[in-house]
Amino acid sequence: MAELKYREALNRALFEEMRRDPLVFVMGEGIAERGGSYKVTEGLLKEFGPNRVIDTPIAEASFTGAGVGAALIGTRPVVEILFVDFTTLILDQIINQAAKYEFMSGGQGKVPMVLRTQGGAGNGLAGQHSQSLEALFYHIPGLKVVMPSTPYDALGLLKAAIRDDHPVIFIEHKLLYMTKGEVPAEEYVVSLGQADIKKPGEDVTVITYSYMTLKCLEAAHALEKEGIRAEVVDLRTLSPLDKKTLLESVSKTGRAVIVHEACKRGGVGADIAAMLMEEAYDELDGPVLRICGKNTTIPYNLELEKACVPSVAEIIAGVRTVL
Amino acid sequence: MANQSSAPKGAATGEAAVDEKILREMYRNVYATRQFELTCVTLYRQGLIRGYFHPYLGEEAIAAGACAAIGRDDYIVSTHRGHGHCISKGADLKLMMAEIVGRATGYCKGRGGSMHISSKLDNNLGANGIVGAGIPIATGAGLGIRVKGSRQVVIAFFSDGASNNGVFAESINLASVFQLPVIYMLENNHYAVSTPVECSAGDCNLANRGPAYGVPGVCIDGNDAEEVYLTTKQAVERARRGEGPTLIEAKTYRHGGHHVNDPGLYMDQEALASWKARDPVNLLRAKINDVSVKQIEAKVDAEVAEAVEFAKNSPEPSVEEFLASIADD
Ligand SMILES: Cc1ncc(C[n+]2csc(CCOP(=O)(O)OP(=O)(O)O)c2C)c(N)n1
Repeated sequence: MAELKYREALNRALFEEMRRDPLVFVMGEGIAERGGSYKVTEGLLKEFGPNRVIDTPIAEASFTGAGVGAALIGTRPVVEILFVDFTTLILDQIINQAAKYEFMSGGQGKVPMVLRTQGGAGNGLAGQHSQSLEALFYHIPGLKVVMPSTPYDALGLLKAAIRDDHPVIFIEHKLLYMTKGEVPAEEYVVSLGQADIKKPGEDVTVITYSYMTLKCLEAAHALEKEGIRAEVVDLRTLSPLDKKTLLESVSKTGRAVIVHEACKRGGVGADIAAMLMEEAYDELDGPVLRICGKNTTIPYNLELEKACVPSVAEIIAGVRTVL
Repeated sequence: MANQSSAPKGAATGEAAVDEKILREMYRNVYATRQFELTCVTLYRQGLIRGYFHPYLGEEAIAAGACAAIGRDDYIVSTHRGHGHCISKGADLKLMMAEIVGRATGYCKGRGGSMHISSKLDNNLGANGIVGAGIPIATGAGLGIRVKGSRQVVIAFFSDGASNNGVFAESINLASVFQLPVIYMLENNHYAVSTPVECSAGDCNLANRGPAYGVPGVCIDGNDAEEVYLTTKQAVERARRGEGPTLIEAKTYRHGGHHVNDPGLYMDQEALASWKARDPVNLLRAKINDVSVKQIEAKVDAEVAEAVEFAKNSPEPSVEEFLASIADD
């Protein structure tokens, strides 16, 4: 075991996969020479050279489309978009091209591409650099959506994403890059589509993912002192969704709280709540609660920004209300 | 990056052609931008400014020269590096500083910050956090002007990096087809973050992209406010005559890294020194008599100090009011 930062874990995943498979390459803005804004691609240029570690012009739609094309002929591009906010510029290539090619070609072609990006609020970066846009991708058939919360998961899931034969949207969180966690020295992969029970409990299921997992764990530990045993389920992969783990947990606890940073309206939580209603109605002892980001553009002012995303106190208070 | 372009030797364009009043106006704006931003750097280090702050230091002559060639009624669209555009278009330094510090009294009520200042009063349609996004918006303002039948024009400020985005090609083509009154002011500061223009453009003479779309393209010295002014003026007259858009590539150089926390170590030090030797503030100062310079500087210094006081003494936006305002969303 070694302690790695989230960003170091991602970096190790890229090194390992690029060493393993010469068809894996990375592409994005400032990722080669500069090593990326969050240092995730640091050192890759030196080992793998400019043919596989590619700095692009600011041409998101086109270099993402270039990733799709390169993937179609059998390479495995890992395309980086600096902020999830800028994925709005590439939606045609993701939604109409990458997500649909395999289906529409009757399975003749595949798009084994990973789109790495980063989202979330917390640094005073205002409305166009702080969003949580995973619901856009979650909504689209043909895409896998991965949002790891720990260095261990980040490493294992990125490796699985690169090996996956389908387009994967891999969304990191800007507040996680410097967080640390234990990571085994030996190689491992975390399969896509498997949630992880980050803290077992009997009384209530708290369903979450990405940075909010840390806040939910903090809340769960605080609740433990009051004798409330919350089970924290980290989805890790939103799509495919690990319904089995969710249904098992909810059958055990009878209560569910869903926590995410993204806006409440139309969020992933709404879909999960509806799924629980449809598939676990008899197991539930009360309505499913959602604790989510406010339905607003993220403001620049730090106090306003803080008010837009769920706090530990809000999660604690929310969990108490469902018991 | 040995082939990094060095600073132009000095332009031939009309030394005496620009009248004293315009020179003073431009000097006020380059000096105000310089002092305002140096002050912002200090406030940033003190933790009063958060998030991204991309200084315009070294590029001030472009905004000052271009805005001197248009009127209050004309529009501009700015970028993430937008303080200079804002100031040269007539912004109130107090409201700007309050916004950058995130106070309720700022242009955007503390919701936007440095990267998102807009000012309706000055027909400044705003800065942008999305590189290139302002280009179609400026084009649309040009279209709106035509629909309204007014004689206004629009200046779209953007940089070399943005010119590689598809929206640039699509917009300039639209403006050409529709003969819109838009001046595309490409501020070529030679870098997009750390990527040199040589590594991102197949043809580094970016003005050449105009003729490819049937739009005149001119390349000028962006550190010479007079040259920027005179070139923009011609483009503005052309646009007002209904003859369509112009692409102006104004070459310049950042005096530091991409943003306030970037030391910019990757920059070509020789090129940087040669551009700094042709500091746009100094170049313009040398063209104005000492008495006027002193008057302008004293006035601006007082304004900047007042802006800082205003910002510091302004209230934070109220969280309760904010939450109430979005409660039904
Ligand atoms: C669409 C988009 N892509 C990437 C970024 C990240 N980014 C912010 S500024 C910048 C460089 C912009 O370069 P340029 O257009 O030359 O402007 P300059 O910073 O040199 O003024 C980049 C890549 C962004 N904000 N928006």
